[in-house]
Amino acid sequence: MGKGTGQGLWTDFRRRFSRNRLALAGSVVVLLLFLVSFLAPVIAPHDPGAIDLGKVLSPPSGDHLLGTDQLGRDVLSRMIWGSRISLKVGFVATGIAIVIGTLLGALSGYYGGFVDGLIMRLVDVMLCFPTFFLILAVIAFLEPSIWNIMAIIGLTGWMGITRLVRADFITLREREFVQAARVIGAGDLRIILVHMLPNAMASVLVAATLGIAGAILTESALSFLGIGVQPPTPSWGNMLTAGKDNIDIAWWLSVFPGLAILVTVLGFNLLGEGIRDSLDPRLRGRD
Amino acid sequence: MSRYIARRLLIMIPLLFGITLLSFAVIHLAPGSPTDLQTDLNPKASIEAKERLRALYDLDKPFHVQYFLWLKKILVLDLGTSFSPDRRPVSGKILERLPVTISINLLSMVLIFAAAIPIGVLSAVRQNSLFDKITGVFVFIGFAMPTFWLALLLMILFGIHLGWLPISGIRSINHEYLPLVDSWIDLAKHLILPVLLSAFGGLAGLSRYMRSNMLEVIRQDYITTARAKGLSETTVICRHALRNALLPVITILGLSVPGLIGGSVIFETIFAIPGMGQLFYMSAMARDYPVIMGILLIGAVLTLLGNLLADISYALADPRIRVSR
Repeated sequence: MGKGTGQGLWTDFRRRFSRNRLALAGSVVVLLLFLVSFLAPVIAPHDPGAIDLGKVLSPPSGDHLLGTDQLGRDVLSRMIWGSRISLKVGFVATGIAIVIGTLLGALSGYYGGFVDGLIMRLVDVMLCFPTFFLILAVIAFLEPSIWNIMAIIGLTGWMGITRLVRADFITLREREFVQAARVIGAGDLRIILVHMLPNAMASVLVAATLGIAGAILTESALSFLGIGVQPPTPSWGNMLTAGKDNIDIAWWLSVFPGLAILVTVLGFNLLGEGIRDSLDPRLRGRD
Repeated sequence: MSRYIARRLLIMIPLLFGITLLSFAVIHLAPGSPTDLQTDLNPKASIEAKERLRALYDLDKPFHVQYFLWLKKILVLDLGTSFSPDRRPVSGKILERLPVTISINLLSMVLIFAAAIPIGVLSAVRQNSLFDKITGVFVFIGFAMPTFWLALLLMILFGIHLGWLPISGIRSINHEYLPLVDSWIDLAKHLILPVLLSAFGGLAGLSRYMRSNMLEVIRQDYITTARAKGLSETTVICRHALRNALLPVITILGLSVPGLIGGSVIFETIFAIPGMGQLFYMSAMARDYPVIMGILLIGAVLTLLGNLLADISYALADPRIRVSR
């Protein structure tokens, strides 16, 4: 791919992306989320850990816009701080999945044969597990902490990326510019890293954006079940646990953190689909 | 055809082997031991007692020895004995809970197909109509919805606010004293929310998938031909297009099995349903190795069977598959 067409691709991408209203909405949500989590200490109206036993489970009011929880802590402030957890888990877990997935996919697609067979069988085996079971089995043996959560979500989420990268590499392997690189004596590593990988990054970028959404969902489900991020650290998932415990008296504890998860995941999904459609308009509307 | 099935069955054997090895490794190489939970809180437990306990469970042996011991038992379909105080055989514990989980999953699968196919077809046939746009929004929200949150919302609405549906268990306390019909109604009422929720995620995915298949098919030449020879639009869509668009959907059936089973942990915990997911959650918390291994194995076998069933029905429906593979 020459420099000229690369430029054109990028301009094309921007033009298509900026016309896609849903994708723009997704990017706004994601940007806002970054802003909120970055500015958490400034914009949170209360200390997220401040217990006020005089105001236990008070409904939304002027002072506590989204009410208080079972220890009298401000729900809005805890949600603002909780956004940091969601973003952190989403990005780190997806990062792990991308590194593993890209590496294995590249090896598999480039070398083919035995290496490919071995890696693909590993993918098959991993896909046979109900992922959530596997995560639960591991988490139960480890200290539930945010780092373990990130690691385990990443380690169980790379299979899709492996398949994507492998498929890209199989087509790329036969392309002229790769053959040309081989003819002038480039080594395997150089061909993979310099010539092929950049051309496979488009699908990885899309998978990564959608993967972040998935990781945030998984983290919230684990925290909700009590095996993810542990209180008193606020996470949207463990706030919902309190919501379930007080389901008959405090609806606001159940409604708002879940809404935050929904909007965040929706934002990343829209962004991911927007990137995909803008990279390759032929893919629009497909799954 | 029988050769095709035989080949598919043979492929399952190394896969199953890999699955058992991987799950065994994951569980046994993780730090912490099931005996910790039994001894940590007991100050009287001496180091020797801990060792005796470990020896009792074969945990003192090297990893590969433990694995082969386990594998040897699996070959005669013995899943071992639970580490929990009741010391019951794992197979019994799982079997009494499997029917609940499987029936909820089957019901939700029926619901997914019954709803997603018409939705997908309609939104494809009337592409860009209001209906298509509304279902599009629904699909996007469905993908992003945390199921457990939706469960909470529905519990608040139907269980607490309106009081229409029970929010926990699968039977009322007094169900034994109810007349037969009332008892069935009682069961149905308990199942509505769990089935609806476990269907929700799959519904969004499948209707989207159905829509894109249908869009692809109605652009084919044979559809134009069918229209050109004067067939009514209903005949064209239902007889010519739908059949072909349904083909790839069969594969989804197989692929959705692990997701459904995995999801059962969440809604069985929320609704206090005595199924396999709840058993898995409790066993994982108690580090009950044999039960965890048993359920992972059964989950994987169900997944493989789902894939096999999908492949076979696909091959039955499309002769090209049988010949080329």
